[in-house]
Amino acid sequence: MFSSVKVVLLLMSGLLIACCSKTPSSSSSSQWYGFGTPLTEKNIAAWDIDVGPDGVGLPVGSGTAKRGEPVYLAKCAACHGDFGEGMGRFPALVGDHASLTSDRPNKTVGSYWPYATTLFDYINRAMPFGNAQSLTPDEVYGVTAYILAMNDIIKEDTVLNAETLPKVKMPNRDGFVMAQGTDIKADACMHDCEVKVKVVSRASKNRVTSTTKE
Amino acid sequence: MSKRKPASVPPQQGRRGFIRNSLLGGLAALTAGRFGTAEAAGKALVVPAWSHQLGPGVVTNPYGKPSIFEKHVVRRFLPWIRPTREASISFAPLQDLHGIITPNGLFYERHHAGVPPIDPAEHLLVIHGLVKQPMKFTLQDLLRYPSVSRIHFIECAGNGAMEQHGALNNGLQFTHGMLSSAEWTGVPLKRLLNEVGIRSGAKWLLAEGADAAALARSFPIDKALDDALIAYAQNGEMLRPEQGYPLRLVLPGWEGVANVKWLRRLELGTRPWDMREETSTYTQLLPTGKARQFTFIQEAKSVITSPCPERPMPGKGVFMVEGLAWSGEGKVKRVDVSFDGGRNWQQARLKGPALDKSLTRFEIEWTWNGKQALLQSRVIDETGYVQPTYEQLRKVRGTNSMYHNNAIHTWMVHPGGEVENVQLG
Repeated sequence: MFSSVKVVLLLMSGLLIACCSKTPSSSSSSQWYGFGTPLTEKNIAAWDIDVGPDGVGLPVGSGTAKRGEPVYLAKCAACHGDFGEGMGRFPALVGDHASLTSDRPNKTVGSYWPYATTLFDYINRAMPFGNAQSLTPDEVYGVTAYILAMNDIIKEDTVLNAETLPKVKMPNRDGFVMAQGTDIKADACMHDCEVKVKVVSRASKNRVTSTTKE
Repeated sequence: MSKRKPASVPPQQGRRGFIRNSLLGGLAALTAGRFGTAEAAGKALVVPAWSHQLGPGVVTNPYGKPSIFEKHVVRRFLPWIRPTREASISFAPLQDLHGIITPNGLFYERHHAGVPPIDPAEHLLVIHGLVKQPMKFTLQDLLRYPSVSRIHFIECAGNGAMEQHGALNNGLQFTHGMLSSAEWTGVPLKRLLNEVGIRSGAKWLLAEGADAAALARSFPIDKALDDALIAYAQNGEMLRPEQGYPLRLVLPGWEGVANVKWLRRLELGTRPWDMREETSTYTQLLPTGKARQFTFIQEAKSVITSPCPERPMPGKGVFMVEGLAWSGEGKVKRVDVSFDGGRNWQQARLKGPALDKSLTRFEIEWTWNGKQALLQSRVIDETGYVQPTYEQLRKVRGTNSMYHNNAIHTWMVHPGGEVENVQLG
């Protein structure tokens, strides 16, 4: 009895959906409007700056650490330090791969970054900080080479270009795993749960932020 | 004449005075029973000045502002956490907000190269790569498409990162304020991909901003075809510059950085691009030395917003404990609250609608006996995911994973009513 009522209701709701999804017709997700303007990949070139881990997108040009050094010292060292050690809170570029398992990991280009192409891409798109996208491809190759050489990943005279850069093997190349679903399982115990309730750290002891009361 | 003297108070004292008085009134009412004290009842009411005089007329503020008594409700930042303001974070004042929408002027900020002053007439969205026809869209083009409006939270993956080694910031604004929520209006990305036509082999997209960081992130095409939105409006008005004016990618429930602001380009490709912001940063370093990459989802999390360090207990007696819960996986199903550090839990009421990937408010009545208490909240989302304790989280991720700290948070209520951020173990 109930199940037949349910069937009728289901049929009715199906009819409702069928009726309403037809109107208005513009809500159909497959309708093509063509409000955009066609472009060719050539038109896009000035914006198409991304470089992939396989080197796709690297421009023509080349550089060595030697040629990159004066550019680095003039345009990068003020924030990152003459030796890539990082000034103030600006990031260090040189670091020890072994630090990643320590209490104070030093995540730098040398210790952490998996691809040299990312370094080229990032300098090219975002550096120098405050004057982005101002370096020539040769300068970007040179600065990339200088930072890699400071990390002892390449030699001072290694020539980086679209062919050689993707082949540079970074120390932490195999350090990443693609997240697959959640890695944490918790239960929702309601009563007499076995938890530690001793206060082990208190924010008032740190005084880095008082409360925001006026 | 003297009894008609304006009763208004200086703005800097007004609100706090009001709170103090109402708190005292509340306490008095508690001790004196349902109808208050005779003293309170006997005090004659005063007609305030604003009931006599005309106020400012319409369009005094063509774009309105909050009351002058709400000046303390602002975004705040911590100068010591980042090298410059242009690559920094500001925190939303969650302790002063209500409901599930963050006012546009209070939405948390995270910029990597400051806010670009984009002229919408010169801004373009380019879609190219593995598509049948690369296209550019102006804002005016996008406004012609059928739009949708949806309420979603955005949370920085780094929200709570400062608390990973132990309780650090003594304020809700700084422990949880990299979280905001808005009604976003725009064009489903799926519709624009239908315009350009997806070529076979396209598995990932690169989204890139027009700021001086050209901030870029890869994301899988499944999300683009699911609920990704090219948003141009936020809470009924065009996006705020700080939120990506004139265009922002909204990837509901996913870490804030992937919701690329000032969106200028989408490229379709076969694999992720391994950009700086998905390798060097926004990856979770585990105790083994390996790092989890592409941890997009903001898993279920909750926090009690009242009381909190900024909102201490007014006194013993009945108090409405309130908070926020959210999940990047869907709807909030249940929130439990503990007053004894997680030993025993009670189910809280969900207030208003529990929307998909949206902030959800909860509340529970608590009769405080004036003694020290350890308050916690714990959310369960519609997938059955249970918000973990710090112990459970650290067991897997250690204390250097930086991002996606969604652990159960503890407020210690002191006998004096002050509330402190603490961690248990």
